[in-house]
Formats: sequence, structure tokens, C-alpha cells
Amino acid sequence: MDERPGFGLYVHWPFCQSKCPYCDFNSHVSASVDHVAWREALASEIRRSAAETGSRVIDTIFFGGGTPSLMPPETVGAVIEAARSSWTASNDMEITLEANPTSVEAGRFQAYADAGVNRVSVGVQSLVEDDLRALGRLHSVEEARAAVATAQQIFPRVSFDLIYARQNQTLESWRNELAQALSMSSGHLSLYQLTIEPSTAFGDRFSKGSLRGLPDEDLGADMFDLTQDMTEAAGLPAYETSNHASLGHEARHNLIYWRSGEWVGVGPGAHGRLSLPEGRTATETHLAPLKWLAAVRDEGSGESLRIQLSPEDVREEAVLMGLRLGEGVSLDGLKNVKAINELTELGLIEVASDRVRLTRKGKPLLNAILRQLLT
Amino acid sequence: MTDLARIRNFSIVAHIDHGKSTLADRLIQLTGTVAERDMKAQMLDSMDIERERGITIKANTVRIEYPAKDGQTYILNLIDTPGHVDFAYEVSRSMRAVEGSLLVVDASQGVEAQTLANVYQAIDANHEIVPVLNKIDLPAAEPARVKEQIEDVIGIDASQALEISAKTGLGIPEVLEAIVTRLPAPKGDRDAPLKAMLVDSWYDSYLGVVVMIRIIDGVVRKGDMIKMMQTGARYGIDKLAVLKPQMVDIKELGPGEIGIFTASIKQVRDTRVGDTITHEKRPCAKALPGFKPSIPVVFCGLFPVDANDFDDLRDAIEKLQLNDASFTAEMETSAALGFGFRCGFLGLLHLEVIRDRLEREYDIDLITTAPSVVYHIHMKDGTMRELHNPADMPDLTYVERIEEPRIKATILVPDEYLGAVLKLCEDRRGIQMDLTYAGQRAMVVYDLPLNEVVFDFYDRLKSVTKGYASFDYQMQGYREDKLVKMSILVNDEPVDALSMMVHRDRADARGRAMCEKLKELIPRHMFKIPIQAAIGGKVIARETLSALRKDVTAKCYGGDATRKKKLLEKQKAGKKKMRQFGKVEIPQEAFINALKMDS
Ligand SMILES: Nc1nc2c(ncn2[C@@H]2O[C@H](COP(=O)(O)OP(=O)(O)OP(=O)(O)O)[C@@H](O)[C@H]2O)c(=O)[nH]1
Ligand SMILES: C[S@@+](CC[C@H](N)C(=O)[O-])C[C@H]1O[C@@H](n2cnc3c(N)ncnc32)[C@H](O)[C@@H]1O
Ligand code: SF4
Ligand SMILES: [Mg+2]
Repeated sequence: MDERPGFGLYVHWPFCQSKCPYCDFNSHVSASVDHVAWREALASEIRRSAAETGSRVIDTIFFGGGTPSLMPPETVGAVIEAARSSWTASNDMEITLEANPTSVEAGRFQAYADAGVNRVSVGVQSLVEDDLRALGRLHSVEEARAAVATAQQIFPRVSFDLIYARQNQTLESWRNELAQALSMSSGHLSLYQLTIEPSTAFGDRFSKGSLRGLPDEDLGADMFDLTQDMTEAAGLPAYETSNHASLGHEARHNLIYWRSGEWVGVGPGAHGRLSLPEGRTATETHLAPLKWLAAVRDEGSGESLRIQLSPEDVREEAVLMGLRLGEGVSLDGLKNVKAINELTELGLIEVASDRVRLTRKGKPLLNAILRQLLT
Repeated sequence: MTDLARIRNFSIVAHIDHGKSTLADRLIQLTGTVAERDMKAQMLDSMDIERERGITIKANTVRIEYPAKDGQTYILNLIDTPGHVDFAYEVSRSMRAVEGSLLVVDASQGVEAQTLANVYQAIDANHEIVPVLNKIDLPAAEPARVKEQIEDVIGIDASQALEISAKTGLGIPEVLEAIVTRLPAPKGDRDAPLKAMLVDSWYDSYLGVVVMIRIIDGVVRKGDMIKMMQTGARYGIDKLAVLKPQMVDIKELGPGEIGIFTASIKQVRDTRVGDTITHEKRPCAKALPGFKPSIPVVFCGLFPVDANDFDDLRDAIEKLQLNDASFTAEMETSAALGFGFRCGFLGLLHLEVIRDRLEREYDIDLITTAPSVVYHIHMKDGTMRELHNPADMPDLTYVERIEEPRIKATILVPDEYLGAVLKLCEDRRGIQMDLTYAGQRAMVVYDLPLNEVVFDFYDRLKSVTKGYASFDYQMQGYREDKLVKMSILVNDEPVDALSMMVHRDRADARGRAMCEKLKELIPRHMFKIPIQAAIGGKVIARETLSALRKDVTAKCYGGDATRKKKLLEKQKAGKKKMRQFGKVEIPQEAFINALKMDS
């Protein structure tokens, strides 16, 4: 892996066909979208950001959502074009788009490729038909398989997402499902344990006690362990807590986040991190899509928040993000020697050549480890 | 100044929840003391804890004006008192400031233990008592039967008892008339030297120390130089007011009146409830007898979570003692917890309330150690030591015998729950002293070790009787028993703050229960933690808290860095509520919750 964190652009598309019950992303169902206005607003935000970052080499673009595969390909093209003309494109720029696997969306894949997209991440979520229903997904297993296959023909790099530790899922059924996924995969997989987020449909049901059949901590831990074993055996080890790739297939854009690189965030609710002359700066934009759109149009900026991070903040963020990675973080950021020693003694972390990494045993305990290291 | 004949001072007393505060609301409302739009239920219960728990903790005074049927307007000073046994001191203190009591009895519940206790106190204070049957709107109300009970059990005339509903307002005009016609007017000499009783005091962040007084003789005015007879402190009065219930300035207070003053009082210690206040220049000859001091029965250590807060805690305790003379505090140090205070309380609810008030009103995070009663340790050299803290238990080779405090508990309970109550008392090492019947209800008297009662007896009693039993107790003195110190070891390290005295025969069960409880209360760590109970070097119970297996956030993208940082800040705050013992973090509530037994 090339260890220069890099500079990327995140583009948020906040619309979806329906809202999934587990999802707490900034996603909305909207009857109509004024595509011309959105195209212009996104491009205008890119130009605004470029004015302060100056001419840099841009390494990655990521279209996330919401559902970016609902974007008209012209909009995708226009955004890529705006980025290319605002910054200097690196030779092998990675341009990723998140796609939902309905047949309609798969039908647009070629047009996205023509617009410049060279990597897609498909939201398969499950290879069990009933479970897709329970997750509120609009596509079938067959459609999802077909979408992945189509993508693999069109794009040089394809990843897909699965959510596991679902209701009533057993260790055996996950073994079976993951084996199928591994046989479909071409170099990259995101495998997320289902998280019950507050103020989602699942979150509400959970707090009422009506979301049944979720795995307990032990089963969750067993599933996590199994996932590590199977992906390693298949040559797709975890390079991040939930992300698996064969060597060289890592998502370079996401690595920018985890390695505390720099990125610009455009679109509603997008965050950015930039190293500016005044220091490392965190930015945020208006969360509500129409508020963001109006702000960009009327005030020339969708930004809602900008804070200078203190050296302490920068250090903590670097650890919070970096310990997720297999490569770990530089020891420089960690001052709590006592915690490091205790955790090393417990076999949860290891320190080598001035870097701290989680051991296999430590990986499922990341949050507890962070608490000990940073609080 | 008001003519003595047109003043009536009274307290409202009752068993818990019989409707004192609601009756106070109606009296305030009907006399127009508070504008209709500002009324709210139990409006005198103004503290957050009172509103949350739905009970009165502090006695509250209000001055109302009532135009009576005789054409005269009377000044009524009412004191709403708490009903819970832990706050009985508030009631006795309040009664000293007034001449009569409205004895409220819930007509659907009848006479309860605190009804009795309050009557005895009222008689002791020479009060005229007006019985008031409340909640007659309830279908279950049986006023006739309850009147009989009042006569049989308490032995006072109930033929004139009023029948009211504080909820609907039924019978409230009659209550006001009865206050005027049946309670005596106060006595006092306007021309005599000033003699006033210091009834209550509290700390107000704007006004400083506020002092509530009842004038016995003489007149006090703004600007007067006064003296507190017990402490000798001298001050000039800055502000003189009455409570309606908000402060309304007044020029002077004369005999029989109740009001408040402020006097730029610097030394919080100068203000003691029960003290006599007089004029510096023309003092009264003899001070009032003062209040009987209350005797704390439960002790625990209170330590600031953040050692830097020690001075703030000292200051907060002083200020809170102004408002509650019934808790005591002495400095203490602990190896694990640093500097703090060993505090004494009238019961476990009292302890919880004080701790809550310190945390909320003064914004200090506290660690509470295991509550304990006071043991008498008789040493072989013939001396006796009071043991307030099990951690200070002397070496057993020097100990001759250990005595524990016992109480006489009176419990009133409907027949059908009697069996459950007897079992509870037997389980708690009780000795039955008496069992009598009053109608459908039994009155049992037990001699019980206080130590078995303070922690959760009251809660257990409520739960085994569905809330139908009532309970009162008095201290009985000390008796020797087979008592031992039980230590708790977490991850092989003894945790002083959790050690406790127990009866040898109950130690195993208690030890097991403690270990099980702690296993629930201590969060899982990244390693497994043995939890043991031991007497001397011998382990009598053991549990193992298994290691945490999974705690990881599945997805984390660019925008989540901010989110994770916020979570971390929260965890940092949460960590402050934990105490480190060796490698183990114990949440502060665990120290007290570990003692609450399920049986
Ligand atoms: N039905 C009915 N309920 C009443 C009446 N008076 C009071 N209550 C209810 O009884 C409960 C207790 O009333 P409070 O006025 O708080 O009782 P209290 O005696 O002040 O209680 P403590 O101060 O905690 O001892 C509340 O839920 C009231 O609404 C009444 O006349 N009828
Ligand atoms: C931005 S989201 C969704 C992208 C796309 N709209 C879709 O639904 O496929 C990216 C991924 O996060 C994962 N995800 C979303 N909510 C989750 C949750 N509550 N728990 C675990 N994973 C979740 C899903 O696998 C999802 O594909
Ligand atoms: S999971 Fe994807 S499709 Fe579902 S609501 Fe969230 S962003 Fe939209
Ligand atoms: Mg009350």
C-alpha cells in the first residue's frame, strides 16, 4: 500500500427510492429532484472549495449517499469534470460510485463508466431473499447478483457490501452466505455487522423491545471471528475493521479518511478535513437537502460549520480512525504509556517499528481499546 | 403587624402520600394566594427531586390571607411537611413553630404508622389537632370506618373530623373555617424584648443565607441589629419578607408571625435551627429550649469523583446543612478514594436525597461508599470504640465483643399480608414483641437490628405488601451479636468502600448476593474479573465477570470522525463517574446499589 494519505473529494447524493429501516445516513425519499439545480450546485461547491485548497493533486472522488446510482450520468460527468478542472487529476484517479443493485440502476452502469467512474460499490446487503425483505430492500438476490456481474464486466474495480449479524441469523447461515459472497467477489468486500442506530425504524423498534432475534454479544463475536478466518483464507483479509481486499484493491478514498488525509465534502451533510495555512480544519455542510441547495444558490456556500482542530483533536482523530486499519497508527499520537502497556500485556495490541496495531484478539474490542487509550 | 387574634399557624401532617401537599395547593388556591395561571400540582414541592419522586422532602411555609365567615380577615401560616419516616425531623421541627396541626388521613387507606407517629409528636408539641379525612372522592373511601379507627387506634375524638377531597376541592371551605374556629391563636407580647425561633434556613445563590423565623415576643424590623443567642453571631437585617410562597417584603414582623430575613450572613455555621434570635441592644432574658437534635443512624462516605472538587464539596455540605440540620459530616480520608466526608443520615432515602442534592444543586459528582450503622466495639482493654466505617474495624485479637444498634419497628398491615411481613422480619433477624389487631389490620412490633433495616427494608416491605403496610421505628439501644467484617475483593484487590459488617450466620448468603449484584453492576472489561467476598482470609463467595468479547463500531467514514469524537467526549465524562480499583473501573452507583438485596 502506498502510504501517502492523499487528497479526495466526497460527493453526497441524499436521495433514495425508499428509506431502509436500519439506515441513519443522510438519505431522503423525494418525489422530484431538480437535476439541473443540483448539478450546478455541486459544481459550484467544488469551485468554492478549490478556491481555498489551491491547485492540488486529486487522488480520489467518491459518490456516496443516499443512492448515487439514482444520479443522472450527466450530473456524475459534470461533477467529475468540475473536479478535474479545479484540481490536478492524478494519473490513476480512483472514482467510486455507490450503487443499489436494482436492474434499473445496473442499466446505467455503462453510462457512469463513460462519465469517468472506474469503481463501484454495490449495496447487496444480503444473499438471503427473506432477509432482504426484512432489511427493507427493493431488490432481489438475483438482481443483486446480476448487478454485481454487470458491474464486474464494466468496471475495473468492483466491491459490494453485506450486512451481517442480522435478525435470526445463525453462524452456519452466515458461513454459507459469506462463502457465496467470496466466490462472487473480485478483490474487495465490505462486511458490516448490523448496527442499530437511534432514530431509525429499527432503532425505534429496538427501544420498544420489538426488534427480536438479534444476535447476542457472543454470537456477534463468533460471527466476527468467522468473518476474519474466511476472508483471510480466501485472500481478502481485513485491511480495516469491516473492509476486506486483496493486496492493491483497497478503497483508496476511504483510506484517506482512516489515514487522516485531506478531503473536500460537497453535497448536503458532507464533512471535510483540510490542512489550511491556519491549521487542520473540519467543515460541514447543511444537512437538509433543500436548505443546502438554497444556501449554495443564495449565499454561494453550503457550508454550515467550520472549526479549527486543536493539535489534541488532530491527534485523537488520527487514533480513532487509524486504529481501524490493519496497518495501525503511528505511536507518536499515543501518550498513554500505561494503557499501551496494559493492552499489550492483555495481547490486544502490538507495537512494532513505531506503530500500534490491534491484534486479532483486539480487533473486535476496538471501542473498548480506544476508550482506554484516549480517555 | 397583625393582631394576634387574627393569626393562625398550623402544620399539615400525615402519613406519606395521604395528600398533604395537595391540600396545601387547595388552600393556596381558594384564598387566591397564587394566581390561577401559576398554580401547579403540589406546588410547594419545588425541588427537582421532590417533583421526580412525587414526595415532599422539605417542610414548606406559606402565608395566606383568609376572609372568614365572621367578617374578619385572618393571616394563616401553613407548613406542609413530608410524610416519609426519614424526614420525621422536618415534621417535629416544623411543629415547634406553630400551634396546631391538620392531621390528614387518606380515607381509603386509614391510619398508618406515620399517622400515629405524627399524632404523638403533635401531642408532644401541645398542638390542637384537627383530623381531616382526605380522598373521599375515591370509591374505596370509607370515612365512617376510618373515623372509628382514629378513635380506636389513636384515641382522639373524630366526630368533628372533616371529610374532604383535596383533589376535587370538596370540603376545602370547611377546612379554612375549622382552622380559624378550632385552632388557637398564638400568644405573645409585642412590647417584650424580641424573642424569635430560628425555624429553618437555606442558601440562595442571589440572597445568600436566608433565615426563617417565628416571632414569639417583640417586633423585628428591617435594619435592626440582631443576635443569635446560641452562636453569639450578630447581624443587621437587610431584608424582611413573608413567603406567599414567593418572597414579599414586609416592614415588620410581630408576635405570632412567621417570615424570613437576610443579613449578609458570611459564616454559614452561625445559623442553627432551634436557636433564639433577639435584639442586640435589648436581648430577651431566656433563650428558647431549642430543638432536640436528631441522631443520624446511617453513615456513608461521600467523596468527590474529581479530587479537585474537595473544597467545593466542603462548601456545598456546609450550605446544605443550613437547610437540613439532620445530617452530619466529618472529614475522612480513604486510601482508594482520597479526601471526603463521612456523613450521617436519618435513613437511606435521606442519604440518597442529600447525595442527589449535593450533585445537582452544587454540581459535584460524588462517590458514595457502602452505608453502615454505628457499631460499638468493646475492646479487651475495657474501652469502647464507635465504628462508623467498617474499613476502620480494629484487629480482632484486641476485640472483646461487638454490639449493634437495634430498633423497635411498628408495622401496620392488612391481614392478608401479615404472613409476608412476619417472614420479612424473621429473615432480617427480628424478634417479635407484639401483635395486635385493629379491625382488618394487624399491628406488629418487632425488635430488629438497624443494620438489617436501613438498606432496603422499606422497599421490600412495600413490595411484599403491595404498598399496604406502613412502618415507623425508634432506636432501642445496643445488643451484642455474632458480627463480622466482610470484605469484597474485585480482581483480587480488596475494595474498602464495599466492606461491611454482617451477622456471621447471614454472611454466606449476603456475600453471595453481593458478588452476584456486583457482577451485574460492574461493566464487562477486556479481561475476566473475579469478584469475591471474604471474612478475614477466608473466601465465602465468588463470582466471575467474563471478559468483554465485542465492542466495535462497524462503519466509520469521513463524516463519522466528528461523531466518534463526540462519543469519546461522552465517554470521558462517563469515566469520571467510575472509580479505578487496580485495573478495574467500578461505577459509582455500584457502591450503594450493591447493598440492595432482592430478598
Ligand atoms: N383521588 C384523590 N387523590 C388525591 C387526593 N389528594 C391527593 N391525592 C393524590 O395522592 C397522591 C399524593 O398526594 P400528595 O399531596 O403529594 O401527598 P403528600 O401527603 O404531600 O405526600 P408526601 O409529601 O410525600 O408525604 C397524589 O397523586 C395526589 O394527586 C384526593 O383528595 N383524592
Ligand atoms: C451509504 S450506505 C448505503 C449505500 C446504498 N444506498 C445502499 O443502500 O446500498 C453504505 C453501506 O453502509 C452499510 N450500512 C448502512 N446502514 C447500516 C447499519 N445500520 N448497520 C450496518 N451497516 C450499515 C450498508 O452495507 C450500506 O451499503
Ligand atoms: S441503506 Fe442505502 S438505499 Fe437504504 S436508505 Fe440508506 S442510503 Fe438509502
Ligand atoms: Mg407532600
